[in-house]
Amino acid sequence: MRAVDAAEVAPATYGWEIQAQGLKVRVGRNRMAVDGIDLALGPGVHGLLGPNGAGKTTLIRTLATVLRPTNGSLALLGESAGGRLDQRGLRRRIGYLPQTFGYYKRFTVREFVEYLAWLKEMPKPEVPGAVQRAIERVGLADRADDKLKTLSGGMIRRAGIAQAIVNDPAILLLDEPTAGLDPAQRLRFRELLQEIGRDACVVVSTHLVEDVAAACSDVILFSAGKLVFQGTPDDLAAAGGASDVGDSPIERGYSALLGHEQGKDSW
Amino acid sequence: MGHVSEHLLAGYVAGGVLPGDQEWAVEGHLEKCGQCRARLAGAAGPSVTDLVGGVWAGLEPHLAAPPQPRPRRTVAWLRGWATPVMVPWLLMVIAVGALAVLLDQIYDGSRPSFVLLLSPVLPVFGVAASWTRGLDPSYELTAATPRAGLELVLRRTTAVLTPVLAVLLAAGWLTGAWIGFGLLPSLAFATGTLALGTFVGIAWAASILIGLWLGALVVPTVSFGGSVLLAPATWPGWLAAVAVFAGFIVFRRDTFTRLAAQH
Repeated sequence: MRAVDAAEVAPATYGWEIQAQGLKVRVGRNRMAVDGIDLALGPGVHGLLGPNGAGKTTLIRTLATVLRPTNGSLALLGESAGGRLDQRGLRRRIGYLPQTFGYYKRFTVREFVEYLAWLKEMPKPEVPGAVQRAIERVGLADRADDKLKTLSGGMIRRAGIAQAIVNDPAILLLDEPTAGLDPAQRLRFRELLQEIGRDACVVVSTHLVEDVAAACSDVILFSAGKLVFQGTPDDLAAAGGASDVGDSPIERGYSALLGHEQGKDSW
Repeated sequence: MGHVSEHLLAGYVAGGVLPGDQEWAVEGHLEKCGQCRARLAGAAGPSVTDLVGGVWAGLEPHLAAPPQPRPRRTVAWLRGWATPVMVPWLLMVIAVGALAVLLDQIYDGSRPSFVLLLSPVLPVFGVAASWTRGLDPSYELTAATPRAGLELVLRRTTAVLTPVLAVLLAAGWLTGAWIGFGLLPSLAFATGTLALGTFVGIAWAASILIGLWLGALVVPTVSFGGSVLLAPATWPGWLAAVAVFAGFIVFRRDTFTRLAAQH
């Protein structure tokens, strides 16, 4: 068992894990991928939902501090993010799984997670235990010493999730984590999310509406860089009427809020 | 001291027959008494012995193996300095170095040293391999970690320059020429790639510097038999370039913690 130090049980000095005001992020020369959003996210699982190209990935990258906000303010764990200041301390408490996440094929699962634990500046004595725990949580313990190139797509994705949670992050950012997972794995993954979301702020971007309904305590609907809706999955379901497009109440709410019509702009 | 009676032992083996307090007393005694444990082993029915035997047979072969594979410390340490992407580059440096030495031996003294001519461009490929988004699959994962930034830049640049230095020293020893000067253009091109890379991206910076190398060093050497820039007397200029580029890298270090603008 890991020892708990005083810093971990100290009361938080911030109101929200993620707080953004008028956040704008420019991608390329002149496209505002995130165009002025206000967010205040606490512990829990927050589903970031929106059509392709809505700016989900850009927002997640900005929260992961790899993109700098063009305008507006962003505070993560009470620290201002996006400036030129040293963000090492902040980054140690963030877990991030990019959408297209690359890996070195010759690494074993354990070596991969250990390498990322090293990059995250975890204390050396903690690394082996934390790596084993992370691998067990994603159910890869029996494949821990197999090379990544021998793993299936869903297993690679789970190895990616393992590296994201290895440092017990206070903010966990997952960009399309359920792509490539089979239905049983998705169920297990939702349980894992809820477990982590009990004391961490988890932001999951997805375009799969049913993931949000099952796993998220809070939905953020995002379209063309702007916030369209924020509320519980039930609120989202309530927004849709019988005449809206979709097979489930949440899907109908989704298309009602995004203004989709039967047979029109179906892509 | 008395022992467990046959009646109690039979009840314990059957399970769920004895009242809780008697079962505890039996277990308490069994923990201390080898004689009664032996009687218990004999008393167990075939269903129990078969089960225990089966589990033991399955378990025994695995008990000799250590619980976790021994961590490969040297490999893990090396990975802190160089990414696996750099391995092909490393092989290239060694091959090119050997080729340059060979060419120098063939055209002995009749023209400027091939080793010296090639030395600036060798680290450029290494720097590009360790920092280009398209070449390093873990680029985005790495950029988001706390260790990204100046520390990782210094580690990877060291990993690039060490083999280049080794090749230059080995070449100098083999050809008998003084190659120490060759390190300065190498260093300048390596830091130059990184410094320019903070503005235009490492891939473009590497291309530009390879173009500069061709234009300013290779073409004059081929057409006029030598380039003034490779004369050992130019060392203060090269040193100044290294200092300026290093200053730029330190000043713009935060670009290594972010995704390159081109994506």
